[in-house]
Amino acid sequence: MAEISAGHTTHTTSVAWWRDERKRAIIWQLVVVALLLLAIAFIVNNMIVNLRTLGIPLGFDFLDSTAGFAVSFSLIPVNLDSQIGRLILAGMLNTLLASAIGIVLATLLGFMIGVMRLSHNFLISRIATVYVETLRNIPLLVQLLFWYVAISKLFPGVRQAIDVGGLMFLSNRGIYAPRPVAGDGFGIVLIALVVGIVAAVAIRRWAKQRQIATGQQFPSISVGLAIIILLPIIVSLALGNPLTWELPELKGFNFQGGVVLQPELAALVLGLSTYAAAFIGEIVRGGIMAVSHGQTEASFALGLKSTWTLRLVIIPQALRVIIPPLTSQYLNIAKNSTLAGIIGYPDLYSIIGTSQNQTGRAVESVAILMVFFLSLSLLISLFMNWYNKRIALVER
Amino acid sequence: MTDEAVAIPPSEERKPDLPPPLSVAGPIAWLRENLFASPFDIVLTLVSVLLIYFVVPPLLDWLIFSATWTYPTEVVLGDRAAKFQDCAPGGACWIFVRARIGQFIFGFYPEAERWRVVLSFAIGAIGIYGLLGGPDRFKKYAGYLFFIAFPIISVWLLRGGLGLTPVTTDQWGGFMLTLVIALVGIVLSLPIGIILALGRRSKLPVIQLLCVVFIEVVRGVPLITVMFMANILLPIFLPADMDINVLLRVLVGTTAFVSAYMAEAVRGGLQAIPKGQFEGAMALGLSYWQMMRLIVLPQALRISIPSIVNTFIGFFKDTTLVSMVGLYDFLNMVRAGFKDANWVGVELSGYAFCAIVYWVCCFSMSRYSMFLERKLHTGHKKR
Repeated sequence: MAEISAGHTTHTTSVAWWRDERKRAIIWQLVVVALLLLAIAFIVNNMIVNLRTLGIPLGFDFLDSTAGFAVSFSLIPVNLDSQIGRLILAGMLNTLLASAIGIVLATLLGFMIGVMRLSHNFLISRIATVYVETLRNIPLLVQLLFWYVAISKLFPGVRQAIDVGGLMFLSNRGIYAPRPVAGDGFGIVLIALVVGIVAAVAIRRWAKQRQIATGQQFPSISVGLAIIILLPIIVSLALGNPLTWELPELKGFNFQGGVVLQPELAALVLGLSTYAAAFIGEIVRGGIMAVSHGQTEASFALGLKSTWTLRLVIIPQALRVIIPPLTSQYLNIAKNSTLAGIIGYPDLYSIIGTSQNQTGRAVESVAILMVFFLSLSLLISLFMNWYNKRIALVER
Repeated sequence: MTDEAVAIPPSEERKPDLPPPLSVAGPIAWLRENLFASPFDIVLTLVSVLLIYFVVPPLLDWLIFSATWTYPTEVVLGDRAAKFQDCAPGGACWIFVRARIGQFIFGFYPEAERWRVVLSFAIGAIGIYGLLGGPDRFKKYAGYLFFIAFPIISVWLLRGGLGLTPVTTDQWGGFMLTLVIALVGIVLSLPIGIILALGRRSKLPVIQLLCVVFIEVVRGVPLITVMFMANILLPIFLPADMDINVLLRVLVGTTAFVSAYMAEAVRGGLQAIPKGQFEGAMALGLSYWQMMRLIVLPQALRISIPSIVNTFIGFFKDTTLVSMVGLYDFLNMVRAGFKDANWVGVELSGYAFCAIVYWVCCFSMSRYSMFLERKLHTGHKKR
């Protein structure tokens, strides 16, 4: 008390140190850091003691040892003698494949559902509502199991496979489709395709510049599309169709040739994308509804056609609202693909689980899983943020 | 002037208004506007009608009309147990559910003790109702009931001891286990989530960094990874003589997971509070914790109730993932039924039953959350 009443010269020293906010902040943080270090020391100590009693070493050397278990599906060749590291790589690729297909399908279906919900047609909007409310209120795991049972139990056996125009066959061993076989000279067709795309982009740029300079318009989109589609077809015809399709054929007990979409992957992709589409549909609907009706009216008043209104006025503004929540849906699809193990699709999680069971390397297994998913999340977020920045409206 | 001339003289009786023309109002106009507005619309309508025709009648037929609802006479008489072959081939097999409903709800919980499960969830339900829907003056007591009394009472009731027969956690299962995981998640994650959200907005850099890292790392990985981590790493990270069972490990994982999401829901509410509220509280001389407890959090939590409920719905669906680490929750209990030799082939009906139960729970919760949103937004939103 005496200090405070006498302390008009040195104001800072008059406050006791435990009452000084800045000093208190530093002390609190030091306490937290100390507690954290103590907890880490406790955990590390326990880990070393426990692993020593269990006889499990630390380190990633186990990735080089032979796995001794097989996987039912892989993009890279693996067998029983493959190393664990190679199997884990196969699992990562499988997860990426399922997520990528899931994201593409979910986006297409989701945008369709979102637009359908806004339709003036009573039946269409009700169908979309029922779709959304049904799918998003049932756990994904139940849906995946349901699709898997539906595909593997309800589809007929290979001999009675459902024939779709002699091209595709639906059976309980998977969906068989024709496989493209590149013959001689197919490279030239591909080059023609690339040339077509480059030409279309060039035409679009030229048309835009001409429109800015003179106001004259040019149907750049339809002309560009025509070039992209027609050029490879003409080249291909001129070369005598180098691309042939290998049709799946029933030989003996199974189909030979063609590409096969395994029932596990089919069920996973179907489940992931239909589930996410329900959420994406709501995001799209919200995004379109967020663009005020005045924008449409103003655009009509300027004399823009309704397709132009949609393309030039509504969609650019709606995308701004749609992209951020869409990013988190994409992340969810990638994360949800870990449920694949329950229907027997060898994704990263199920392969790591099996190898952890075998080798007992818990810490390393969890580390690989965490690093993989965190970097995947980071990559998707970075890409979507870049895209978001690109489409953001430039404001003053 | 002319208006007055045309006006109906008061002496004459006013004739009833003519109905609007049929092309503007009434069912035909509605049909024309909503189903047949343009050629494209007509095509859409026809496609929809076809879709409905091909989906709805077969589905209803499978679920209801061709489904098997009753036991055959031999089973009723007690001659043998029911089996999958008792069901008609073209429909759902609901007698599977009938035969095993006790297990689906209570798992392996001893039959004589099942009242304890019912009682503890009844207490929880009263607490939730008091918190969300009850009158405001009871909210404080409902909070004490749900967040303090309910966990203690229900742990005692469910596990036994102190006069009750002990029931070990490996006997828990079915819908009861699903509810236990979901409720432990909500009761623990809300306080942890509030602390994480406050930490994330804290001015102390170390605390902020820790909270951000925890929230973003947990949100960046799948739930199954967090559960896997809790399941296999906890026994390694803790002293060897500390033995914690699978359920407890899974609960640690799920709570950590849902806390991170809860923190984001609460942060949304905190960000909606205007700065003036903080400044006003500080000007009154309130300390940080007093300001948060008395001024900021009551408002922020009220705003974030809908997103908290939505987080909970998402988590309720995610509880099915515990079956992947070997716990017998509702879904896994139904799946366990498929392994019974009597019920081979009943998978589709079983999953349909699961889907219906989860749908009813989640749909009613989401409707309730929408109702709450409307109720709570009266003061904030101009409509």
